[in-house]
Amino acid sequence: MARLRGTGIAAVNYPTGMNLGGDPSQALIHATTSGSFVVSLSATDLGQGLRTAIGQIAAETLGVEYDQIVIDTADTDTGPHDMGTYASRATHRVGNAVIAAATEARGDLLNVAALELDAAVDDLELDGHGNVTVKGAPARTAKLADVAANAQFKYGRMIAGRGSFMKPKSPVDPETGAMDPDSTEAHACTVAEVEVDTETGEVAVLSIRSAYEVGRQVNPALVQGQIVGGAWMGMSHALYETTAPYYPAVDHSPKDFSEYLMPGTLEMPEIECVVLEVPSSNGPYGVKGIGEMTANSPIPAIINAIYHATGVRIDDLPVTPEKILLGLEAKHRGLS
Amino acid sequence: MSSHLNVVGQSVRRSDGIGHVTGRTQYSADRSFPGMLHLKMVRSPLHHALIKGIDLSDAERVPGFVRALTAKDVPHNRYTILSLIGVEPEEEFVLAEDRVRFKGEAIVAIVAETEAAAFEAVSKVHLDLEELPAVFDVEEALKPGAPIVTHWGNNTFMYEGHPCRRVRFGDVDKAFEQADYIVEGVYNTSPIEQAPMETTGCIAVPEANGRYIVYTNTQALYFSLDNTSIILQIPGNRLHFIGGTVGGGFGGKVDVIVEPIATLAAILTNRPVRFTYSRSEEMQVSSTRSAWRIYMKDGVMKDGRIVARKVTSYADSGAYSRQTPYALTKHAANAAGPYNIPNVSIDAYCVYTNRQPSSAMRGFGITMASFALEVQMDKIAERVGVDPWTIRFINAYRNGDMKPHRKLAEDATLIETMQAAATLVGHELPDEFKAMTSAPRDASHDGGRE
Repeated sequence: MARLRGTGIAAVNYPTGMNLGGDPSQALIHATTSGSFVVSLSATDLGQGLRTAIGQIAAETLGVEYDQIVIDTADTDTGPHDMGTYASRATHRVGNAVIAAATEARGDLLNVAALELDAAVDDLELDGHGNVTVKGAPARTAKLADVAANAQFKYGRMIAGRGSFMKPKSPVDPETGAMDPDSTEAHACTVAEVEVDTETGEVAVLSIRSAYEVGRQVNPALVQGQIVGGAWMGMSHALYETTAPYYPAVDHSPKDFSEYLMPGTLEMPEIECVVLEVPSSNGPYGVKGIGEMTANSPIPAIINAIYHATGVRIDDLPVTPEKILLGLEAKHRGLS
Repeated sequence: MSSHLNVVGQSVRRSDGIGHVTGRTQYSADRSFPGMLHLKMVRSPLHHALIKGIDLSDAERVPGFVRALTAKDVPHNRYTILSLIGVEPEEEFVLAEDRVRFKGEAIVAIVAETEAAAFEAVSKVHLDLEELPAVFDVEEALKPGAPIVTHWGNNTFMYEGHPCRRVRFGDVDKAFEQADYIVEGVYNTSPIEQAPMETTGCIAVPEANGRYIVYTNTQALYFSLDNTSIILQIPGNRLHFIGGTVGGGFGGKVDVIVEPIATLAAILTNRPVRFTYSRSEEMQVSSTRSAWRIYMKDGVMKDGRIVARKVTSYADSGAYSRQTPYALTKHAANAAGPYNIPNVSIDAYCVYTNRQPSSAMRGFGITMASFALEVQMDKIAERVGVDPWTIRFINAYRNGDMKPHRKLAEDATLIETMQAAATLVGHELPDEFKAMTSAPRDASHDGGRE
């Protein structure tokens, strides 16, 4: 009996969004009296940090500070239409809609600022920190909060914008499968190291190290959260999870987390990543979707590592200790 | 470009983080309303059966029982959530009518003053069921004589006249004849639970003005609202859906299962109604990731080039299709992987069985394709006699390559991503792979692979 170590790799691409029957997201933005901007949406935040990422995109496009953005979601009475948060689409679709809305609102803002500063709109610039200034004349500056307040009380203007983004429907050719089902592709390559205990059949994942190419990171900490969480989920799919342990048999289906196995914190390996940014042509600031894909490459990387360690190929997920021991036994019998 | 960005690219603190770590974030089930009722389901104990009778008399005598809902109470009981985008036919039932097709299928909704009363009344509903033969395996379900799950006579979703989503690109048969090696594999994956921390649920609240507020943890507010409007046959302007932070979705909360029946119960009782899945319902009743069986056959040349790939995939949709037909389409567009393969044939079947329905989950149609084809790549490497990095660099797609579904590759960076991974782990690549890029192929440099 031994503990055998092996390394496996896997490389994947992953599409951003889908087309369905046309895939729209919409956004509304308006300024308040104090110079903050309310972004109204109906997109839901699944805990991945959508509100934060969308707030950053709105702040960037408006040219204001992130703290000035209020994300108001998700309410069908106030938020314009959104298809939903799935298919790695939200940051891409909602982000594009918010850029369009923010661009329009920024135009309104600069028009009022031009009145305030007695300057042409084209001569104005936003510093991203709450001020609008006449280019080349730093003394001629106004605080956005004052511009927003005066828009309401002095000029009777509304600073607002609306934005819509849609991936048009692409019908599939039923004969050839010709279709345009997505907006861009993100990429990952994972290297996994495992140690297999040939006595118990247990697999310890020692490390999951990956390179990701995601177009543009809006918030690197949130991207890292997806990568680490996805590595855990991929490891869990590869080695633990099933609602039908003996598919197609229907017995032994789990009812709770004491029967539905997943790795705990003690099983978590070292997870390391590097992130490349090659902006996409159609995402907000070049974003591609990273939401779903992070569970994908760890699975085959772990399975390939088990083969590298043991010489046993197991093509049925999850690779439980039982399957490893049966595989080792079959290999042993084949050799003897 | 990034040097001109102020806040995009910065790890600003997430706006909801403090609420999450201090337990103050409000999820849909955290709300409570005066007079709120609780809805629990009577579910089929059998995998496939005819419903001969439902006896509610004992349940109605349980203290706290308010009312029961059966199929005849639901205005548009047979529905398909993707009908919003033109997918047919309508096939699933809010509450079962004459037949149940999976163990756990909803038959009667019980509404009661307390959860305990609802559970007790559920246990006192007597069902008269006649068990039917059931089928649980994707390939068994396609054999002649298999029990038929659907109402249209076969066990596959029909794609414009075909029993599978097809991709046809080049001539795989001719390429297999010319290939030096044939590498085949069969890959099986289990159904998997999305396992969100927060189970699926909602609370429907009647308002004085005739509208209904539905607090829900759906991943798609309008999708849920529009389907509820169809099922209940009430105008969308009487529905007001409020979401917020979802306690984990992973695709498990896009099926529109709880909102229509909870809203109907609120309409019929004129009281707030809460319907939240227990953990066992989440695991045994709500949709899973499909089980997949994937047959993969590749034709490979001695130099490692893959010249043909044939894929036959079966996704186990369970008793109803929900989002699974679209997963097969997505699968078909991605089953060749990030590689440039000139001849590809894909048949992807959405198969009905008497299992718990499957539907969307993170990686929808692709996670399991990636598993199969990346293990297959290692088998090919071994057969050709090269290492796993080499086989992937040799076949990596580049910008301008035509993918099997006839979309030109753009934004391809597989090569650069693999180079970065090799650097990360200290794997020394040969110079030719270090110099490779995803730039469009140039005939004068590398022969412009067909």
